[in-house]
Amino acid sequence: MKKIISMALAVLLLGGLATLFASCGSSYDGEINVYNWAEYFADGSGGTVDVVAKFEEKYNIKVNLTTYETNEGLYNMLKSSNSNYDVVFPSDYMVEKLKNEKLLTKLDLAKIPNQKKIIDRFTNMDYDNGNNYSIPYSWNVTGLVYNKTMVKGKPESWNSLWDKSLSGSILMFNNSRDAYAIAMQMCGINPAAFTKADVDKATVKLKEQKPLLKKYAMDQTFTEMENNQSAIAPYYAGDIYTMMTNNEDLVGVLPEEGSNLFVDSMCIPKSAQNIDGAYKFINFMTEPENSAANMDYITYASPVDGAKQLIDKDVADSELVYPPDSYLDKCYTFRDVDEDVYSYMQEQFVKLMS
Amino acid sequence: MRLKRPTIPYIIWMAVFTVIPIVLILLYSFTDRSGNFSFEPFIKAVGYTNVFLNSLWIAFISTVICLALSYPLAYFMSRLKRSTQNLITMLIMIPMWMNFLLRIYAWVTLLQNNGPIDTMLSLLGIHTQLIGNQGAVIVGMVYEYLPFMVLPLYTVMSKIDYQLIEASGDLGANMFVTMRKVVVPLSVPGIISGVTMVFVPSASTFLVAQYLGGTKDIMIGDVIDKIFWSDQNTGSAIALILMVAILFFLIILNFFGDEEAIAT
Repeated sequence: MKKIISMALAVLLLGGLATLFASCGSSYDGEINVYNWAEYFADGSGGTVDVVAKFEEKYNIKVNLTTYETNEGLYNMLKSSNSNYDVVFPSDYMVEKLKNEKLLTKLDLAKIPNQKKIIDRFTNMDYDNGNNYSIPYSWNVTGLVYNKTMVKGKPESWNSLWDKSLSGSILMFNNSRDAYAIAMQMCGINPAAFTKADVDKATVKLKEQKPLLKKYAMDQTFTEMENNQSAIAPYYAGDIYTMMTNNEDLVGVLPEEGSNLFVDSMCIPKSAQNIDGAYKFINFMTEPENSAANMDYITYASPVDGAKQLIDKDVADSELVYPPDSYLDKCYTFRDVDEDVYSYMQEQFVKLMS
Repeated sequence: MRLKRPTIPYIIWMAVFTVIPIVLILLYSFTDRSGNFSFEPFIKAVGYTNVFLNSLWIAFISTVICLALSYPLAYFMSRLKRSTQNLITMLIMIPMWMNFLLRIYAWVTLLQNNGPIDTMLSLLGIHTQLIGNQGAVIVGMVYEYLPFMVLPLYTVMSKIDYQLIEASGDLGANMFVTMRKVVVPLSVPGIISGVTMVFVPSASTFLVAQYLGGTKDIMIGDVIDKIFWSDQNTGSAIALILMVAILFFLIILNFFGDEEAIAT
């Protein structure tokens, strides 16, 4: 008897869940599949605006959001699976790669009137001049963060990541492109475009650094720095701003030699099903008000004219989130690199770690 | 053996989720980027031999520690009152309800500098670096996979008839001899499935070393993860080698017990 009752309860529970799922989405006019970085839309938490819900309400289109971790993950998904995403968010070099491999739809800018509000610098990027395939969503630069109680002096250059006196408490990017970019800058190579020989030179530089490192880290940089576990680390400047609000001893620096200006953009893959919905979505996210809401949440900079004035003043005033134009002129943006060279770099990076 | 109709769904399941993926891995590992037949992925895979051996070593140590910790625990558990047994089983299971990554994060917090363990040791005058080394990785692995060792051992041991142990005592065997001659031989199936369930996943695990280890501690799972970003062929080749190594390990294990005990 007990068994029958518990079975019945289990069935009821599952049935309840099923109806709960089924009851959503019945009254929408359509749906779009959005594939974005994790935590990349303001989601309504902590007093922010739930931008996606706002879109759903305005256009009565359901948004199915899935997330990815790396540009390469996105690429593999678009290249080798039968996915049907309507809007994706690749970074600069990945836009160019996807464009070159004919995986993106050429945009009809008339359907994205807000594109005119994109700041000139970001419509004229080399990877997609004129925004024919991508509409910039966010941008930022890489920078340095250090703990002033653990570092003597004021680091101003990437050089500090090779500082022997900090041995054992230095972190380094755990992704090949960002790690190699810093090493290449140190070797006087342009990280935007490089050859295998350049990779080899940078590898030597990184090998020199390895014994000084505490670890290669990505997300862990947050906890490592905020909990005073490491002295210095490279990271994305907007995230450094967030770390600084959580630990007063942390200082963010824009390295004097310049750094990587990265742009994440919205694109429509060739395989998209609901292209109209995708255009509406992209246009909606390019509205200054909505861009500001998202940027408030992720603390990266908005490429939309007029958005900066709408975001939190402390964020807008931070040089880390909005570096001055004079600094941006010193920065480089990644370009698509030959497949062969790119996988060579990745291979060397894994070898370096093993 | 003749196929019966009810087995068809399982055959489809196996085909879609086991056979086809393995065939794809095979295909990828014997081709180059442009899809031509090539041994290049394997030649590249050989470059990671040291990581490979290191992973097997870490998995081996973790398995041994898990076995050493679990065996007495499982034995004493099986001798307790039924209700207490259920309670302890529950306590062992509860951490597994939490996400694997969160549990690793918890260990990062526990072991970090000025963390609870470090602070306590400092009070006792011991100053060491607890995190960022192979020891921390092994601690994480043992914690992660301990239930997979305890539960099969406990299941087997609770089936051992207590009268056999009593009989052994009546015939003059002391505790140690009883263990060696009666309990251990009867629990071999549990040991084998426990060892399999700990060794196999820990040899191929990833992220644990990234979170708890330092720059030197990288495991083959991490290498596969990283290399897949740009080179699925070499990634597949490494995965294939790992699969063959594990298969080899299972075959050796097979010699020690009857076939049914092996959980694959």
